[in-house]
Amino acid sequence: MKNLSLMRLSIWAYLAIFFAYLLGPLVIMSIAAFNSPEFPRATPWECLTFEWFSALFQDERILNGIKNSILVGFGTVVLSVAMGLAGALMLTQLGPKLRATYYTIIIAPILVPGVVIGISTLVFWDRINRMLGLDADSFLSNGLFLTVIGQSTFIASYCMLVLVARLQRYDTALTEAALDLGATHAQAFRKVLLPFMKPAIASAAVLAFLASFENYNTTTFTFGEYPTLTIELAQKVRYGITPAISALAFISVLLTVFAALFNEANIRRKELVALARKQATVEELSRGSFKMPGFLSSNWAAVALVIVACATVVVVGTATVYSPQQCIADVQEQKRLETELRIQELQRQRELRRQQQEAEQGSTAPAQSKPAGNNSGFGGVFAPSTLSGEDSSSAVEPEAKASGFGGAFAPSALSGEETSEGSGN
Amino acid sequence: MSAGVGVDLEKLWIRFGDFVAVRDANVHINGGDFFSFLGPSGCGKTTILRAVSGFLEPSEGQVLIGGNNMKGIGPNKRPTALIFQNLALFPLMKVWENITFSMEVKGASAKERRKRADELLDMIALPDQGDKLPWELSGGQRQRVAIARALCAEPDVLLLDEPLSALDLKLRQHMRTELREIQKRVGITFIYITHDQGEALTMSDNIAVMRAGVIDQIGDGKTIYNDPATAFAASFVGENNVFRGTVKQVQSDTALISTNRSGDLLARVSSANQGKMKAGDDAMMFIRPEAFALAPVGAQGDHFVTATVTNEEFEGNAFNIFMEGEGGKEMKVSLPNLGQSFDSHKGQPMTLQYDVQNAVAMPAGDLATE
Repeated sequence: MKNLSLMRLSIWAYLAIFFAYLLGPLVIMSIAAFNSPEFPRATPWECLTFEWFSALFQDERILNGIKNSILVGFGTVVLSVAMGLAGALMLTQLGPKLRATYYTIIIAPILVPGVVIGISTLVFWDRINRMLGLDADSFLSNGLFLTVIGQSTFIASYCMLVLVARLQRYDTALTEAALDLGATHAQAFRKVLLPFMKPAIASAAVLAFLASFENYNTTTFTFGEYPTLTIELAQKVRYGITPAISALAFISVLLTVFAALFNEANIRRKELVALARKQATVEELSRGSFKMPGFLSSNWAAVALVIVACATVVVVGTATVYSPQQCIADVQEQKRLETELRIQELQRQRELRRQQQEAEQGSTAPAQSKPAGNNSGFGGVFAPSTLSGEDSSSAVEPEAKASGFGGAFAPSALSGEETSEGSGN
Repeated sequence: MSAGVGVDLEKLWIRFGDFVAVRDANVHINGGDFFSFLGPSGCGKTTILRAVSGFLEPSEGQVLIGGNNMKGIGPNKRPTALIFQNLALFPLMKVWENITFSMEVKGASAKERRKRADELLDMIALPDQGDKLPWELSGGQRQRVAIARALCAEPDVLLLDEPLSALDLKLRQHMRTELREIQKRVGITFIYITHDQGEALTMSDNIAVMRAGVIDQIGDGKTIYNDPATAFAASFVGENNVFRGTVKQVQSDTALISTNRSGDLLARVSSANQGKMKAGDDAMMFIRPEAFALAPVGAQGDHFVTATVTNEEFEGNAFNIFMEGEGGKEMKVSLPNLGQSFDSHKGQPMTLQYDVQNAVAMPAGDLATE
């Protein structure tokens, strides 16, 4: 009995840890999107702000990246789903011997590193372009075209896997029945096979879009004049990130939650409708007047969807009237006061130390110390200016601010360090 | 003969690689007939059906429908409709859309289609069920929808591939009569595939018995049952007691067979084999369980068999007696239940007699394996 409850407890603990591992970074990221410091972080909490969202929507490069990503995404969806469906149909037409070989060949692009696909796409289409005697700015060397082609190379294989799974449950007798009843091959495909494949095609399309949207290593070789969102983000990180990135992350998390809830609500609604159809009498069915369940009735996903939607509307509404200026000003005032106090403290300590040194008169030379321990782990590479908000002690020293190394080699920083070490001893 | 469209198979061969699925089939099916292909699974009967419906091109020979050679004409252009073994109703379409699919692909309006669907639903006794989805119907109802869907295409020939095999016994028997009635009403040619001899015998005007790609015999049910052409036909259609032996003497249409374990017995040579049997040939003779009658114990002669009763069972309409003759020769006898008293003879010897007309002899051949 006791063992059992211990077992249960450990399962719950495991689940908690697992979900914390999965969702923790997202939660931190989302909180950081609403925090006012200029470096994305969740603690210490300073002020609730929506300015990072407006910063995001004013960032031309990010917006352009999103636009390009969506364009590429749609292109990839159309191309990969079409190729995937063709590949899947082909697979069902082949004999068992050929099938294994064909399957390996068609799956291979998934196993090839994205970088290789990127480079080879670029080189291949460049050769074609030259063979056709076209200019360097022709359609074939267009960044959008190359990216769509490059990504579809392997995304089509994913689509094919999804479609094959559904196609395997397809009864080919259905196509034969359609033909037998006088349908042409095109009609049999459109009226019988395609409706059957619809759910799988939808899944494959979503999968293809997401895979395309998040792709970096293939795109990085092919984007040309059309940097996608991932490319823009990667380039931005080199110059330091702001919580605007967190805001973007938060929006994508929210969109995902919306899509998931919408999908779940839809599935549940279909189940309920099927149940209602089953319970309906024949007359009700033929008159089409059987009791349809309400959208929200016994459908938690729909309820959650509505709640999330309402919450979003409320937050957006608040954001348009809310102004964190007072809070930010307060925080800055508080920081200024803290800083002044530290400066006074430092000066007092320095005074004390000089007096000691005078008394002991050069008995020991100060040892070379390590870089300042109170610096961030990144050594300030991301944004030197963010350090001022993060670390008030280095903000005090004007020399430290100027150095790219977070004040590690500034003489005054050294002295400060020594002081603290000295006081520690 | 009625005005329906006939079907002819002429020297039809169908091969898959080295495997011969159909060997030199020559069949003439009268217009308006209910014609069955009867045979065990894997005998090639479905292959023939697919060749008629156009899903398969014959390797040799030809299929004629209404006298027209169907070579190179696809299934969607042939005047045939096929009812699939698993019915193959379109799962995402409502019943009425299923039924009128053949009109939809020709571009008929929804209103027209709906009207026709309602007529057909009335005909198959499923009024007002048009808005259901196929999985919402019972097995027998789905069966009838499949028939309606095929009939909606107004085919000249309806092909049925074991459509009743998935149904339970009661429903199967009911559907037999229903199918037969529908066929009489619409007056078109039905070609029916089955491994169930009961279905074939009760419904068909004519039956072709198939074995391993070869058509053994074509004839009406009575001929096939009473006058089988081959040992296979005799053993596959209905129950039969087989006696192996050699021909001792042939006299016009009767043969004296020297059986291996039951002595010399007289039998009628089946009509397909008359003149083909001579003394010394290996032969088989068949006697139906119901063709036996009880005789005084110990009676001797060329139409008496004596054996020991091993088991008895009561089947309702008949008493079945299982017997073991000399050398382990097993026999089954069915005595119709006419209300007579029945005394158990288990373990006792019993003598049976038969009318020579009810015993058929033919050259030895392969038997149907159960």
